[in-house]
Amino acid sequence: MLPNERFPKLPHALIVLGVLCLSVGSYLGLFVAPPEHYMGDVQRIMYVHVPTAWNALLAMTFAFAAAIVSLFKADWKWDARMEAGIEVGVLLAFLLCCQGAIWAKPTWGVWWDWDPRLTTTAVLLVAFAGILALRHFVDDPVRRAAWSAVATIIAYVDVPIVYYSVRWWNSLHQLQSSPATVSSQFYLPLRLNAFGVLFLMSGFIMLRARIASRRIATELAPPPQDLLGELA
Amino acid sequence: MINALHKELLLQWRTRAQAIAVFVFGATSLLLFSFAIGPSAALRQYAGGFLWLGLLLSSTLTLSESFHAEMENRALEGLLLLPVSARVLYYGKALANTIQLVLLGIALVPVMVVLYDAGTTRIPTIVLIILLGSAGISAPGTLYSAMTSQARAKQTLLPLLLFPLIVPVLLASVKATSLAILGDPMGQGRSWIALLTAFNGIYWSLCGLLFDRVVED
Amino acid sequence: MSVDGLAIDASHLARRYGRRWALAGVSFQLARGQVMMVAGRNGSGKTTLLRILSTAIRADGGRALVAGYDLEQREEIRRQTALLAHYSYLYESLSARENLEIAAHFCVAPPPSAADALERVGLASRANDAVATFSAGMRKRLSFARVLLQKPSIAFLDEPFGQLDPEGFALVEQVVGELKRSGATVLIATHQVDRVARYADVHLTLENGRVA
Repeated sequence: MLPNERFPKLPHALIVLGVLCLSVGSYLGLFVAPPEHYMGDVQRIMYVHVPTAWNALLAMTFAFAAAIVSLFKADWKWDARMEAGIEVGVLLAFLLCCQGAIWAKPTWGVWWDWDPRLTTTAVLLVAFAGILALRHFVDDPVRRAAWSAVATIIAYVDVPIVYYSVRWWNSLHQLQSSPATVSSQFYLPLRLNAFGVLFLMSGFIMLRARIASRRIATELAPPPQDLLGELA
Repeated sequence: MINALHKELLLQWRTRAQAIAVFVFGATSLLLFSFAIGPSAALRQYAGGFLWLGLLLSSTLTLSESFHAEMENRALEGLLLLPVSARVLYYGKALANTIQLVLLGIALVPVMVVLYDAGTTRIPTIVLIILLGSAGISAPGTLYSAMTSQARAKQTLLPLLLFPLIVPVLLASVKATSLAILGDPMGQGRSWIALLTAFNGIYWSLCGLLFDRVVED
Repeated sequence: MSVDGLAIDASHLARRYGRRWALAGVSFQLARGQVMMVAGRNGSGKTTLLRILSTAIRADGGRALVAGYDLEQREEIRRQTALLAHYSYLYESLSARENLEIAAHFCVAPPPSAADALERVGLASRANDAVATFSAGMRKRLSFARVLLQKPSIAFLDEPFGQLDPEGFALVEQVVGELKRSGATVLIATHQVDRVARYADVHLTLENGRVA
């Protein structure tokens, strides 16, 4: 019933690897790569911001896939994975919003610039945090699994719709938008950091899924002795 | 399906006093918004926004009420056991909720016109937007209302789950309504209405498919 | 119906609520047309058993064939069965007649049967009154009418005597008799053991989620 018990130390290895990649990548990005032409040193936040963005979406997508499997297969493993994916996704989305604000203030003078991608992230953050709240308020594990899977699917399908509607809405207003993309000389630190966050995220999701599985195991009492043969 | 809708409308008719209360709530919200802004030209400019905010807030009342009658004596379970398919019950209820919101929206338009000086000749367009926007709120709203009426902390959970989800509906409805009131020289209203239609298409099918998992044990 | 004439064939049915197993392995068979009394203290699992067999809730273990269908085939089982539950399944703001007519429409039963059912349970005079004005006993009668309306081949009656006066007790017997005459199988979960024992063909006693 516990996921990944075949390789018990895998998540820890991933986390170590992730920290390593992030350290090297961040060092390169902060001290070695040249400052960007127009934005100067402020642009260096891209070395963390872009990897976080990719991985936040990846975590949410993983949660969505786990939700679909969980609905069809009624397997606790996938419910645990979904919960882990949502929680890590919420964390990354929150970090993303903070990074966006940190970048926007020196650049545009405001904390929030209604950039479509960032705004979509904010909506996503609230939506998935709401799903975590839902899980907290439902006591029956089977119902909790089914309902949060349904909510995850509904919320995820909304992501592209939110993105496009905010983009159209924003384009009618004014200028500016996202932090400029990184030019090709700066790919190495970016890639390193991207893998770094990916490894970290995967490690965290695996560990978190194990915690979720263990908690479900304590919530559901073991079957009575004489039924052990009959129950799956 | 007709039976399901008929039952919903009958229930709504019997509890119609509530609809008046919700209308008063909606009208009061519109009033409060104007106090927040003060008498200024901004009121007319943002009238669309205020109307939809008021409608959205009122929807939490109507949506949570819509399952109250079902949960009192577990009538919903009784229907499922007849058997009635969960999908049919969902569409009946979602349609009835839409009708309720549409009526509320139409009733609030004169309030908006008066308070915000937001008169317009494009009434059919506004009615269409109210129709599509209400449907967009009702589709996921009915599903989440079914969920939260069976969970703890129901009052807080419903808006928390619903509001982020219907951001596109809010954006599109507000934009389209504002264009209808203030003028739409570049014909942008059409794309917002298209967005609303797409949202409705996706969510009416998706929620109908998933409703079964929400009400069955 | 199953080939061998069994209305219910249950094996090791189990259901948990959190850490507690409400049913921990209940097995039995019931032939068609028989009346089974399910007895046991509060919390012994009677209601859970009836709710699982009528497909109101899922089973967490075990299997059962109800009217020849597996528990997974909910819709087929629901067509053949009716449940008289602790909850009345009624809409407070609607009248007795309206409540029954809604049920009748979904059963594809012809409309007259709603008025007819009201007559049989003695509520014809209150047909147009809102259920909110009904006493507990009257709601029970209305729930009986709802069960009769469905013309089930298997009826699950959960504590049918609850909230009824002695006149109501006679009504229960009358309803059970009617169901039996129509060839239906009846399961009655009850505390009124002596009363029901008089006409029950089979007795089942539950204790702590198991057959005692």
